[in-house]
Amino acid sequence: MTAPSSLPRQVLIWAAIFVIACVLPSLFRSGFLVSVLSQIAIMAVFALSYNMLLGQTGLLSFGHAVYYGLGAFATIHLLNGLGKSATPLLVALLPLGGGAAGLVAGLILGRMTTKKAGTTFAMISLGIAELMFATTPIFPSVFGGDGGFAGNRMAGKGSFLGLTWGPQIEIYWLVLFWAFVSAGLMFALTQTPLGRVANAVRDNPERAEFIGYDTRQVRYRMLVLSGLFAGIAGGLSALNYEIVTVDMLNAHTSGSVLLMTYTGGIGHFFGPVLGAAMITLMQTLVGGLTHAWLLYFGLFFLFMVAFAPGGMASVLSRQSALVKAGLWRCLLPHYALAAAPAALACLGAVGLIEMAYALLAGHDAASFMGTSIRLHTLLPWLGAASVLIGGIAGLKWVIGGMSDAWHQALSQLQGGKP
Amino acid sequence: MDFVVITLLNSVAYGLLLFMLSSGLTLIFSMMGVLNFAHASFYMLGAYFAYQISTWSGFWLGLLLAPLLVGGVGMLVEWHGLRHVRRFGHVAELLFTFGLAIVFEELVPLIWGKASVPYAVPAQLEGALFSLHGAAFPIYKGFMMAMSLGMLAALYGVLTRTRIGLIIQASLTKPDMVEALGHNVPRITMLLFGGGTALAGLAGVIGGNAFVTEPSMAASVGFIVFVIVVVGGLGSLGGAFLASLLIGALQTFSVTLDVTLQQVLTLIGLSLPADTNLARVSLVQLGPVLPYLLMVAILILRPRGLMGVRES
Amino acid sequence: MSKFACRMAMAMLAALPATPAAADIKIAVIEGLSGPFARSGETLLAHVAGEAELMNKNGGLNGEKIELIPFDSKHSPQEALVQLKAATDQGVRYVMQGASSGVSFALSDAITKWNARNPDKTVLFLNYTSVDPSLTNENCSFWHFRFEAHADMKLEAITNVLMTTKDAKKVYLIGQDNPAGQRVSKVTKKMLSMKRPDIQIVGDDIHAPGKVKDFAPYVSKIIASGADSVVTANFGNDLALLLKAAKDADMKARVYTFYAGSSGGPASIDFAPAGQVIHIADWHRNITADDAPLNAWIDGFNQKNRPNEFMYIRIKNMMGMLNKAMTMAKSQDPKAVALALEDMHYQGPTGDVWMRRDDHQIHMTQYVSQFVEQDGDAVKYDSEGTGKGWKTIDTIRAADSQLPTTCAMERP
Repeated sequence: MTAPSSLPRQVLIWAAIFVIACVLPSLFRSGFLVSVLSQIAIMAVFALSYNMLLGQTGLLSFGHAVYYGLGAFATIHLLNGLGKSATPLLVALLPLGGGAAGLVAGLILGRMTTKKAGTTFAMISLGIAELMFATTPIFPSVFGGDGGFAGNRMAGKGSFLGLTWGPQIEIYWLVLFWAFVSAGLMFALTQTPLGRVANAVRDNPERAEFIGYDTRQVRYRMLVLSGLFAGIAGGLSALNYEIVTVDMLNAHTSGSVLLMTYTGGIGHFFGPVLGAAMITLMQTLVGGLTHAWLLYFGLFFLFMVAFAPGGMASVLSRQSALVKAGLWRCLLPHYALAAAPAALACLGAVGLIEMAYALLAGHDAASFMGTSIRLHTLLPWLGAASVLIGGIAGLKWVIGGMSDAWHQALSQLQGGKP
Repeated sequence: MDFVVITLLNSVAYGLLLFMLSSGLTLIFSMMGVLNFAHASFYMLGAYFAYQISTWSGFWLGLLLAPLLVGGVGMLVEWHGLRHVRRFGHVAELLFTFGLAIVFEELVPLIWGKASVPYAVPAQLEGALFSLHGAAFPIYKGFMMAMSLGMLAALYGVLTRTRIGLIIQASLTKPDMVEALGHNVPRITMLLFGGGTALAGLAGVIGGNAFVTEPSMAASVGFIVFVIVVVGGLGSLGGAFLASLLIGALQTFSVTLDVTLQQVLTLIGLSLPADTNLARVSLVQLGPVLPYLLMVAILILRPRGLMGVRES
Repeated sequence: MSKFACRMAMAMLAALPATPAAADIKIAVIEGLSGPFARSGETLLAHVAGEAELMNKNGGLNGEKIELIPFDSKHSPQEALVQLKAATDQGVRYVMQGASSGVSFALSDAITKWNARNPDKTVLFLNYTSVDPSLTNENCSFWHFRFEAHADMKLEAITNVLMTTKDAKKVYLIGQDNPAGQRVSKVTKKMLSMKRPDIQIVGDDIHAPGKVKDFAPYVSKIIASGADSVVTANFGNDLALLLKAAKDADMKARVYTFYAGSSGGPASIDFAPAGQVIHIADWHRNITADDAPLNAWIDGFNQKNRPNEFMYIRIKNMMGMLNKAMTMAKSQDPKAVALALEDMHYQGPTGDVWMRRDDHQIHMTQYVSQFVEQDGDAVKYDSEGTGKGWKTIDTIRAADSQLPTTCAMERP
């Protein structure tokens, strides 16, 4: 599944992400953008750690939030425990404490969960996560009241390299630093014997066992290391928001990291980063535009699973391979042809959904491109529906040609590389 | 004594409801190997369809039609969605149902509003069946139990006495062999998915007015149905039945027994540090999570479940 | 598409490159506006929007127009903090929220830190519904004002009612297993043992929130205990399901609640036998049934926001107090306004409300009422189209639910 890409290409991707991450905040002087970018970087580490299980070892977990949440709680307690002696340098090192908490949790829980792979692992991870979450109210001194625990990353005096961690932009640099360190280590891990054996255990556990590897040990080690990085991500989130709540441990958080990782692409190392960026942006930006964002998100997700099971990363890498082979030129007209009906179908669907939400919110009229639309008349609904149907019909009409061209290009691509 | 009887009845009633909820999923999970995350959404659809039909022509027509409609939706989902995703593996299938659950949860309030709908118990079934120690036992609960038992009997009949049932049973254990024998497994799968979702729909028709019909009712069922299927064991309707009753009893008795964790541990000779929060924890508090504890224990000690015929 | 979405779109576009603050007074409402919790957020937003519209029509807030900007917190504290950044980017100086205690705590904490780090861009947080007592006690802040009685004050009022109810002999406590639920159980026991030592606490159950499908075992336990009164802080489905099981088992005990009257509450318990459900709040429509202008306003609101109804008179009070404070301070600066709000007395539709200086906690009359059939007389109006409405059975003066505070406020 993991496409072994050449080293220069990997370096290129790392450099590109680094440049984008550094340039964006200075392009737009917006606190909001910086906090969204921080969120993306944190989720990227979390999703990368999740992919150590799903993508690299073939373990589907429904309880990864446990490690993330425990890392966050450990960090906030360390921060509060340090109190006034939390110098900026110590604060910068705190995510390591979160990582340690995730590591210890992995050492303990992994003993129970990694005995088996497959559905058994998935269900045990789900069960343990539910148990952990349900027992949080029993320990208010650890998990806090309704609001969780708050901390102050500026409690100590002084500065470190001129940084005090007060402004959001400074914490962003810190998050970015740890994100790159974690991602680098996780990438290095894929190149180690353990990383390679994990792939073997994912692809064919019987054979791996037969040639002398203890599959259970391999799963256990991967889970423990993945807990470490999830804990670091949790620690970063604790420093970024300065508040930790039990929500971070719940099934919803476990579900979103699964969605991010999968839509990004589990077969590529950077897939989860792409997924984290895409879904976080979708939540904050699309979520700011329309209250129907969850529905769009659900539909988008269904579409991804049905048509691009390799995730965004595999779509992009396919296209770039085609571009490199010079085959994109044959496909371009087909893409252009499909774009118009696809846009129409989207327009129709968005129109229907937005009108329905407006009606649900109690509005009688909605405005579209400056004109007011009366929602209690049939015409706008028929209009939007026919645009949608027209778009779909158009798509059906051009899709045959596109898929032929696509397969042809693909076979040429494979033919070109024996 | 009366109190014990009413508690026992409550526990059986709850267990039977859980069986209604999970029987369809057992069939689907056993045959397709897929945890259908949208199963509870079909339960919700059943309740809403039945409510809609009941506003036009009463409860009884809804009882008949709503499960069929839900089954139809289920078959469409299998035919146009899951079937295409299957070639990408189980994880993709599972995530597809995950996405479906999100979409259903947003679509239902679009149609029926965000508040709960007044889906009421029919007048014929209102009132108390009998009364024990001041606590009434409602007729509707008796009806619910009868329906659940009827469902078990009917399923058992279909699976053991009809041709299609025998093929399904065979597919539960040896899908490849059934295909090799020339049966149209994709069609059987579609029918089975439709049937399984129709059962969830039926549970919704009956559970919707026994409880509350509102857009988060699917989420509130949560993972409990998975727990039952896993504890009961793959491919075993009887296992699911047993697991349902067991979990029903576990949850009901943990509420009514009113003992603390400390008291339970004393029985096996352990003690907790006194005066900590842990020592004060009562079983009432832990009741809702006991099923998960049971599931984890079963998976560690006996991964095939109580009556499972094979491991997943 | 919808006007609302378009406005949100404009707001988001404006958020990307930082814009200088305009002359209007920008107010941010940060609530969960999508997903399963959207309904309560929408209702609250509609209340604020209605008041803002009315004020703009009558000359605005201290002469300035209000620009209301909604932000979707998705009911998550972390997401709410990201949205807070978007709000401060746009030059918002007033933030309103209330639907979730967790989010309120996060906002109060973050705004206090923001103000310490950005003294030239201070923000004031006005909280209209969240009831976690800690927000005006150990976690209080100069920059946070609460316009709702907190949970302990409501308990003080409920236990006062129990104290004077002669036939209340056995009380059963049931609640969610979260800090709020645990606190209700602890505080009720303490208060009752002081006020009415002869009342027996015959049961005290906490259950995992949102996890119980069938409350029948709890109800049979309540019946077996012989309880005549049940006190619960359950809300939403956990309350509706509890009452449903109670009805099925023909439970006779009265149920004292905090949230039966909040948005969606009455509609979800329309089946409850008349008189069983008792609720405590600062207002219900039958208290001010004779106030013709208010009635006209409410009718217009309900018409416009169907199926949501006008429920929160305190939001009206809050906007009125904000206006009064700005007029008094002759300034829009949050610090000056905060100082003016402190110790303010204000005449609302139900009489005097007072913002205590020590902890920024509102004090107002509380009404204990029963959910009964609409009769056109004492119960002139029903709630959420159920044919049932609230009938006042007891009035608790502000002074009688006043509690000492542990707040040690750091003033700028």
